[in-house]
Amino acid sequence: MSALIPFFVILPLAGAFAIPVFSGYWKNMGKVLTPILMLMLLALSVMFFFRDSAVFVYYVGGWELINGVPVGIQFVVDGLSVLMLSIINMMAFFASFFSISYLKKFTGDKYFYALFCLMVAGMNGVVITGDLFNMFIFLEIAVISSYALVAFGIEREELEASFKYQVLGGLASLLVLLGIVVLYWKTGSLNIADISRVLKQEGSSPSLLFIQILFIAGFGLKAAMIPFHAWLPDAHSSAPAPISAMLSGVLIKAVGVYAIMRLFFNMFELTYEMSMLILVIGTISMVGGVFLAIGQWDFKRLLAYHSISQMGYVFLGLGMGMVILSVNGNKAVAVMAIAGGLYHMVNHAVFKGLLFLNSGAVEYKTGTRMLKELGGLSENMPLTSTSSFGASMAISGIPPFNGFFSKLLIIIAAVQGQFYLMAALAVLVSIITLASFMKVHRYAFSGNLRFKDLKKFGEAPFSMLFSMLVLAGLCLLLSLLIIPVFRDIFLTPAVNDLMNLLNYSQPIIGV
Amino acid sequence: MTGMTNIVKTVTRIIGGVVFLFGLYIVTHGHLSPGGGFAGGTIIAGAFILLVLAYGDNIMHLRRIKEESSALENIAIFCILIMAAVGFLLGTKVFFNNFLPIGTAGQLISAGIIPLFNILIGIEVAAALFTIFLAFVIFKEEEK
Amino acid sequence: MILYFLCFVLFLVGLYGVITRRNVIKIVLGICIMEYSINLLLILIGYVHDGVAPIIVKGSAETNFVDPLPQAMVLTVIVIGLATTAMLLAIAIRVYRKHGTFDIREIKNLKG
Repeated sequence: MSALIPFFVILPLAGAFAIPVFSGYWKNMGKVLTPILMLMLLALSVMFFFRDSAVFVYYVGGWELINGVPVGIQFVVDGLSVLMLSIINMMAFFASFFSISYLKKFTGDKYFYALFCLMVAGMNGVVITGDLFNMFIFLEIAVISSYALVAFGIEREELEASFKYQVLGGLASLLVLLGIVVLYWKTGSLNIADISRVLKQEGSSPSLLFIQILFIAGFGLKAAMIPFHAWLPDAHSSAPAPISAMLSGVLIKAVGVYAIMRLFFNMFELTYEMSMLILVIGTISMVGGVFLAIGQWDFKRLLAYHSISQMGYVFLGLGMGMVILSVNGNKAVAVMAIAGGLYHMVNHAVFKGLLFLNSGAVEYKTGTRMLKELGGLSENMPLTSTSSFGASMAISGIPPFNGFFSKLLIIIAAVQGQFYLMAALAVLVSIITLASFMKVHRYAFSGNLRFKDLKKFGEAPFSMLFSMLVLAGLCLLLSLLIIPVFRDIFLTPAVNDLMNLLNYSQPIIGV
Repeated sequence: MTGMTNIVKTVTRIIGGVVFLFGLYIVTHGHLSPGGGFAGGTIIAGAFILLVLAYGDNIMHLRRIKEESSALENIAIFCILIMAAVGFLLGTKVFFNNFLPIGTAGQLISAGIIPLFNILIGIEVAAALFTIFLAFVIFKEEEK
Repeated sequence: MILYFLCFVLFLVGLYGVITRRNVIKIVLGICIMEYSINLLLILIGYVHDGVAPIIVKGSAETNFVDPLPQAMVLTVIVIGLATTAMLLAIAIRVYRKHGTFDIREIKNLKG
């Protein structure tokens, strides 16, 4: 089964280079091939949930360990990787299926699909690689294709957003690279498991603190945490809707949150200061994002600010787990906090992806995304409106939708871990989120029709509806993850791999 | 785009071929000496860029060349993937498996598939750099 | 040791350029300078005193090689930097064509 691991990168990469070549002979190549490829990858990643061994290691090029020292690049698939892979490929499938209809407005769709496949290849690579420099390369593949995709409309706003995104993204990449270089200087290794072994022998030092700060700044910029958030609302609201769904739904998780989790849990030893820093940044993002969001009148911009806020929840959960682990507190509470963070990450991918697809469908039909110009869409687009309602309830944390359970886990963990302020803020932010989405529904979907020639608006085309309705169903279905039977399959292995260093490093270097 | 003066054209006529040959040398000796696909590919692309800069060309022709070099780039990458997949199918289920005989170190034909990869990467890099250059040139020409 | 610190200084020079310059092209150059400073640091890390190029030649018993891994990494970073720079410049040219200026103070439709 470990021989299947490189296909996560090879398949989308082959798609990315085959589509521009063969589109000359068959015009619909990208349209047909991309969703099929993504569906295959989704099936592959779901298959890895029911695996027989906890961690799979694949030696690229056949370069195995020499005297217990890794000499080549290794691909590692453990519980956390599988969770991320399934989110990425699921959202990629729905977004690519959605774009079949959406791209009728654009020209040059073969480049769109090629870049889309390239971005998925990069994200899958970031998640499965066990080598730091390799992670940087895949990260760059993912973000460079996303720069191009943000500018895909080549109008004034797209170009401006893409330029901002590129400058800040390039800065983030260079900070990460500098961190990797200094770490290589210090340890003489690039393998994550090997570095953790070396660092454990050396103990803490000021240079280690410098590296950690570089990584937090770099990956924090990629994940758009609040002091570093300036590019996100522009980039995510200017991109084509399926790309917004991919960027907000999975890209900031794969290249930001996943990297921070992997490096800080599995590579560095947890320190109280760094854990507290992540916790505080998460809390500030959670509160700040929602206050910035509530004043917005642009549908996609509002959603983009909510992404910052919801990623704050994820960092809050993970940060609490890290703080509790670093002071040797109650392990059960830490497990609950980390599980809550991971669970909220899965949920956020689903409902934020759905909301961006909704906004894309609305924009496709009406030509605008300003809330004040919309209105009365629920009569014309009942299914879009229903799915958007489901997603809004999920993001605001209303039972029985999935967002409720993940927020509940985080809040319970905060109360039990005696982070009372964080718990109160989490509840408050949830209420403001609800208010903000009530505004969206009041102005966009209910109320009076503000278009004179409404007859020509109908429901969105089939490929859009299919993606939106299935994702809305998933918003309900994912609340099942709270039940222990399902949690043990999907969430618990990921939490275990984060909590126990040995789970990750044992199969790779044997120590 | 218009070309440059006669002096530049004459010098380019003499140098262009030499630069191209030097690029080929770097690519094919990548497994024996410093250099390889990327370094040689940039030199080859430099030879072509020199020719376009010195002699100039009309925009329709440049567009067609750009399409061709872009296709060449994609095909080269695709061949790399196919070769990697052949390595996967022959033997130990590992991508980029070196399935050809290694030979003796120091010979030009040795090291299994590494020279082949070097040549493909050389084509890929040369085509990619030339495509980027042509894209900028065409962009500037359209503005006029 | 002073050389290593100069690399960091070069990094900060690039960062200063990115932050303070108003011209789009100069921002791109700032990012390039940062990238080259990291490349320089990588090469310096791999240097071994009196080391030779890490190529095995038949008949020579030389073992004091410089570290080849940073050199491979620098090549990769250069390739990635090429892609980033080309992408940035392409966007910068298009921005110039749409807005008619390279000054970022005048390119600010998006805010809020």
